[in-house]
Amino acid sequence: MSTQSAEHPKHLLHHFSTSQQQAESAKLGMWVFLLTEILLFGGLFLAYTVYRSWHPDMFYNAHLFLDRELGSLNTVVLILSSLTMALAIRSMQLGNRKRTIRMLVFTLALAAVFLVVKYFEYSHKIDLGQLPGKLYTFQGIEGDNPHVFFSVYFLMTGLHGIHVVAGMLTIGWVLWRTVRNDFSSEYYTPIEMTGLYWHLVDLVWIFLFPLFYLIG
Amino acid sequence: MSTLEKAIADTSYLNDPPGIKNWLFTLDHKRIGVLYLYGIMASFLLGGIFAMLLRLELLSPERVLMDADTYNQFFTLHGAVMIFLFIIPSIPAALGNFVLPLMIGAKDVAFPRLNLASWYIYVAGALICLYSIIAGGADTGWTFYTPYSTETGTAVISLTFGAFVLGFSSIFTGINFIATIHKLRAPGMTWFKMPLMVWALYATSIIQVMATPVLGITLILLIVERTFGIGIFDPAMGGDPVLYQHFFWFYSHPAVYIMILPAMGIISELISTFSHKKIFGYKMIAFSSLGIAFVSFLVWGHHMFVSGQSEMAAMIFSFLTFFVGIPSGIKVFNWVATMYKGSIDLKTPMLYALSFLFLFCIGGFTGIVLGSLAVDVHLHDTYFIVAHFHYVMMGGTVMAFLGGLHYWWPKMWGRMYNEFWAKISLALIFVGFNATFFTQFIMGSQGMPRRYYTYVDTYHRLHAFSSYGSWVLGLGFVVMAVYLIHSLFRGSKAPANPWRSLTMEWETTSPPIAHNFDRPMVLEHGPYDYDVIDPRKRLDDHRREVAK
Repeated sequence: MSTQSAEHPKHLLHHFSTSQQQAESAKLGMWVFLLTEILLFGGLFLAYTVYRSWHPDMFYNAHLFLDRELGSLNTVVLILSSLTMALAIRSMQLGNRKRTIRMLVFTLALAAVFLVVKYFEYSHKIDLGQLPGKLYTFQGIEGDNPHVFFSVYFLMTGLHGIHVVAGMLTIGWVLWRTVRNDFSSEYYTPIEMTGLYWHLVDLVWIFLFPLFYLIG
Repeated sequence: MSTLEKAIADTSYLNDPPGIKNWLFTLDHKRIGVLYLYGIMASFLLGGIFAMLLRLELLSPERVLMDADTYNQFFTLHGAVMIFLFIIPSIPAALGNFVLPLMIGAKDVAFPRLNLASWYIYVAGALICLYSIIAGGADTGWTFYTPYSTETGTAVISLTFGAFVLGFSSIFTGINFIATIHKLRAPGMTWFKMPLMVWALYATSIIQVMATPVLGITLILLIVERTFGIGIFDPAMGGDPVLYQHFFWFYSHPAVYIMILPAMGIISELISTFSHKKIFGYKMIAFSSLGIAFVSFLVWGHHMFVSGQSEMAAMIFSFLTFFVGIPSGIKVFNWVATMYKGSIDLKTPMLYALSFLFLFCIGGFTGIVLGSLAVDVHLHDTYFIVAHFHYVMMGGTVMAFLGGLHYWWPKMWGRMYNEFWAKISLALIFVGFNATFFTQFIMGSQGMPRRYYTYVDTYHRLHAFSSYGSWVLGLGFVVMAVYLIHSLFRGSKAPANPWRSLTMEWETTSPPIAHNFDRPMVLEHGPYDYDVIDPRKRLDDHRREVAK
């Protein structure tokens, strides 16, 4: 495995016969992992559906307290980051390592912007006492149990936020490996897998945004 | 020791490369399977000790050795340990890890590092669960039903967090197996040339990856509810405790099939091998595994017939529950048809397979009884339920697991176990099991509620009989532990294919070399082609070749 040759490149693990078999296995495994992620969020989407159908008016009243502009900004930021991520993969396919590094840095920066915006949104809500469950102290939202809206909101956006952080760590890792010159137009599977994951994180937000910010 | 034997011992996966460090950082699926085997055996011992203590306490309606609160913690821990630490990883992660790549002629699973990670996550989850035992245990039952689980003062958070962590281990194994089965089969092994064990593991993996994340989010919600009082499951705050039950059973019902499906895979192997006959209805058995996996996601409401869900929902769930009987029945009939006119060899693994058939049928039929709405109103939360799921889980899965353990034991260690003591142990387990749990069917149908610390005198004789049975059962396992450990050191050397089976894992040495096979594997015959190949003759050819 130490010698690099056309038949047996360095990245090829011993139990695969070809690079193609290895790449396809990784891709299949990643898609199955993404399926588990969808089911993880699926539980929360179900909880959202149940409580919104029980308290439709309260959900409408409570959602007015979310900042639509910041939400829209974050949506644009995440979609842009998905684009830069896709461009990073494309660049590596074409063997352009410098451009890959640039694109990965852009992606990281956009993910950081998303978290900063989220930080301002969260701290504003914490100041007002618009918090989950027993922590809820805000007065002024009509309807039953407005704290449930914020329970679901913080759970779903919080879990999504954790996924953004995990995505940033993974992007940072492939960035480091790209700098280290691990990848080439022949082998870029980790970047591609990170991209698949990042698109899912983006996609979850694309559902969260209208469900919370655009009810009315 | 002849030179050939010494060469096999030196190159076997057990010794190559040597040293404990190489074991703990191994990427070899066989070693990881063995590591899992240690883990689940320790868990089985722990859960078994809890079970024996519970039965001892129930010997009399008065206090025997523990108070009621301790009793509540013990049945919770017995359930949680047996389910999350033993039975879910038992067949897929321990035996499956060992045999799956061998059965499909691969050198390893698709993601060896993920495989090792899954074992460490399992150990971490197990340690968290152990911590909660030291921290005072939980007394909610393994189902953690709200609102009690959010109010009790016991260590619910650490036990649920442990189960959450264990879920990741299960998911990683599932992802690994799916990719392995899709991408790493030996050339020539088409989907319908795979051993049925592989089909069963495939169906199991699908359930593992699709159901476990829902358990993950459920347990997270429970932990957040308990910590911050978010009110999702609290009716006083606009939440709904029944929603918790829906969430929980959406995982935990399919989880039951994570436990039983791989067991069915083992039974297919055992019955065909020891009847020396082509499996009957190969495709139907394969499809019925997928059928069970599919139906498993549609029946969770039958755990909630008396929870206050709508009557319409209860009727639909009851109706769908009966569908589980169809693929299960298909399997049982095909196994019986395989044995018909076969030349049956009653070795210990085959006896386990026959025990499975007998006990699983009782467990399955009582499942249909419990799935009927009106009957369930009478029988729910009684010992009838306890007996039913022990017949399926222990009479089914554990029997198949033990059958598989004996079947692959020579392949794993290169040593044969003692056939005589194995049969004694099996007899004790079979008799003890039925004495313990059939009694509970009778008690349950007479109305003895489950999970009670004490009982009225009417049930005294039955409870005592059940406890006596548990001692016989326990003795059977002690005998097994003794002869299995003995065989590791003193057992006779195992040939490559002691059962003259036709699946691929028997084409390598016992124990296998580190990279599994000494040549790239190509499928030469189907896994059950006993009608065209005489394994006796093949074995002779093989011996002659080795001798050359």
